[in-house]
Amino acid sequence: MTEKDTSQLPPSDGKGTESLAEDFRSNAVRDAVLLPILSVFTGLFIGAIIIIITDNTVITAWRHVFDDPLAAIAATWTSISVAYGALISGSLGIVEIWHGIQAMMQGQGSAELGVAMIPLAESMTQSVPYIFAGLAVALGFQGGLFNIGGEGQLLVGGLSSVWVGYAVTGLPWFIHLPLALLAGIIGAGIWGAIPGILKAYTGGHEVINTIMMNWIIISLSAWLLKVGGPMSREKLPITPEVLPTAQIPQMFSTQGNRFHWGFFLALAVAAFVWWLLYKTTLGFEIRMLGANPKAARYSGIHVRRLYVIVMTVSGALAGLAGSVQTLAVDHWVGLGFSGGLGFDAIALALLGKSHPLGVVLAAILFGTLRNGATRMQSVARIPIDIITIVQALVIVFIAAPAIIRWIFRLRTGGEAAAPIFTKGWGS
Amino acid sequence: MGVRQRVEIIKVLYRDASILILDEPTAVLTPQEADELFHILESLRQQGVSIIFISHKLREVLELADRVTVIRRGRVVGETKTADASQAQLAEMMVGRQVSLSVTKGEATPGEPVLQIRDLQVLDDRLQVAVDGVSLDVRAGEVLGVAGVQGNGQTELVAAITGLREVKGGKVLINGKDVTNASPRAITEAGSAHVPEDRQEDGLVLSFSIADNLVLNTYYLPPYAHGLSMHDEVIRKRAVELVKEFDIRTPSAMVPVGNLSGGNQQKVIVAREFSRPIRLLIANQPTRGLDVGSIEFIHKRLIEKRDDGVAVFLVSAELDEIMGLSDRIAVMFKGKITAVVDAQKVSKEQVGLMMAGSTLEEALTQAPGPQESAPEIIT
Repeated sequence: MTEKDTSQLPPSDGKGTESLAEDFRSNAVRDAVLLPILSVFTGLFIGAIIIIITDNTVITAWRHVFDDPLAAIAATWTSISVAYGALISGSLGIVEIWHGIQAMMQGQGSAELGVAMIPLAESMTQSVPYIFAGLAVALGFQGGLFNIGGEGQLLVGGLSSVWVGYAVTGLPWFIHLPLALLAGIIGAGIWGAIPGILKAYTGGHEVINTIMMNWIIISLSAWLLKVGGPMSREKLPITPEVLPTAQIPQMFSTQGNRFHWGFFLALAVAAFVWWLLYKTTLGFEIRMLGANPKAARYSGIHVRRLYVIVMTVSGALAGLAGSVQTLAVDHWVGLGFSGGLGFDAIALALLGKSHPLGVVLAAILFGTLRNGATRMQSVARIPIDIITIVQALVIVFIAAPAIIRWIFRLRTGGEAAAPIFTKGWGS
Repeated sequence: MGVRQRVEIIKVLYRDASILILDEPTAVLTPQEADELFHILESLRQQGVSIIFISHKLREVLELADRVTVIRRGRVVGETKTADASQAQLAEMMVGRQVSLSVTKGEATPGEPVLQIRDLQVLDDRLQVAVDGVSLDVRAGEVLGVAGVQGNGQTELVAAITGLREVKGGKVLINGKDVTNASPRAITEAGSAHVPEDRQEDGLVLSFSIADNLVLNTYYLPPYAHGLSMHDEVIRKRAVELVKEFDIRTPSAMVPVGNLSGGNQQKVIVAREFSRPIRLLIANQPTRGLDVGSIEFIHKRLIEKRDDGVAVFLVSAELDEIMGLSDRIAVMFKGKITAVVDAQKVSKEQVGLMMAGSTLEEALTQAPGPQESAPEIIT
């Protein structure tokens, strides 16, 4: 850590020094906002290059570039614009929504707008589990813990919630639904607490143990869900359907629009995590533990207990990702249900700089890209993997900001603005 | 001790070095060992070796060097021949204003013992005995200084008293209350303050603001918090007061502590620990690596605390600091307290001999007493 010299500055009661303080803050803010945006932009740019060089039409056109240079450029442009056009229309559908609004103004009813809203609504729907899972990893990072167990924790959350959802009967929805959510929170909380306890009292590293906990629940769920297993249907290796009383209601009746109230629950939970981290003594302790565990001990914090608390809350948040997804969208759990979400969550926490607001924005971006990629695959025949590559590139740029600073000639920001996760983890 | 230093120097000579750069070489040496080092350096100089000697100890610089360059904030602020320079002059160049080099303090009026240590046994990280049956009393209104070359168990002693390291045997009492193996928080709440040896590792969270660091161990108490809820406004207001009172040079109380200079970082810790109602102050290397101005400031505050009736337990490898501040001096050697003496009745040389392992009798006979030696100067 460099020590910037401030000793020749007058004490803080002097006038005109507040602007210097502003400088410190605005530098940190710039780093936190600008770098992710430029990373996403650069990722998409390189994604475009990959689209071009894997497109046969474009390659053929460039072979004959001396005969017809315009055709080569045109083919390139078409390739990118079709691909990213599909990505945008499939995830946002702004043009279609505009047409829908026009139709409604002309008195043609809201049916067209309803259909036009589906891509955007689906993007938001897909962001919901990303928000929960991203918050889980972000909270861990803030406390200096690397929770790689999101994958397993959200499986536990989903299984617990679904079990309460179909096995407990005869309850009104306002008891059944909260009960199902609570089951997921508690189940996943316990699943996260175990590596926390191991870390606190035996020194077992949370990275190893959360990965092992993943394997345990993945294998356990294979047994639970196998045909004839304790939680499977008669002829299918999936759980029975959640009863309507435990389902999170979807908000629109339009066929194909799966947008549900869980989105707002996710935003509320993000606000809760923000409050917890920045406005409470517990959050102060968590951030202190993450930034300097030795100072945390010095200050009198019960470090072991705090490790367990952080891992429990982190697990519970990841569990909510599974619970909400099953109770609102899937209504059942099958094998491979989590689909790497727990690992994407790590990327989200990095992209969002472990700040709840950043995580929400990153989650919405990922949900949107994922959703749009589906359309890109069907319309432009660009494999969905391109988006995986773009996401990976974005994370590389976030993890190595020097690349972005070099490309865009950015001045190095304040050292103190370095992301928190680089401490506690690995030290 | 001193052997490693010698090995380093032999390594350099073996390679036929014609330039020798030494960065604070005397930090881990007793005064006698430092003298020996100076003899070696002197003979090297006569053999035509160029020596760059970096030190914050003005006395050493004047004793050894031919020319002095004073650097302040990364810039050369002056050059002079040692023959024409005095300590006060150099200090003024270093700080940019006149500084008082000696600590002025009145007679101590010791009261009841506040910290009582009995037969304390502590192990170090390698599970070797680091503190071996130490017994000490620190009374209200006095400064007890622990003199010793670094690595003789002082670090483990302080860690054990403050609850950061397990006590293997013996007892620690604060205000008569048994706090042996109590949690750091319980010990803080018993009325003790701790200025830790490594300020960046233990005492501060560098990415946190000055304001947050000023409540690092009181954040959960009113008025800073009620229950779970923290009151940022109160914390910020308090920080602005303390920044002013303790002269912390910063554009704002919301600046991350990592952006401050070392001296100002230490002032943040001092502000936090000294501004609470305390009965016991444990200060470990409170001025290490600081500029003369900050040292002067912290010494003054320390004596103020003593005069307020606080029991001050001072640990320092800087013998000048121990000599200048302490009312009583305990010498620590290989995990044991080998002597506890009245600070006015011994000379620096005598304490130095004890730091190197001499008994009290040997030291008193082999070195001149305080009357014969020059008046102490603190740098």
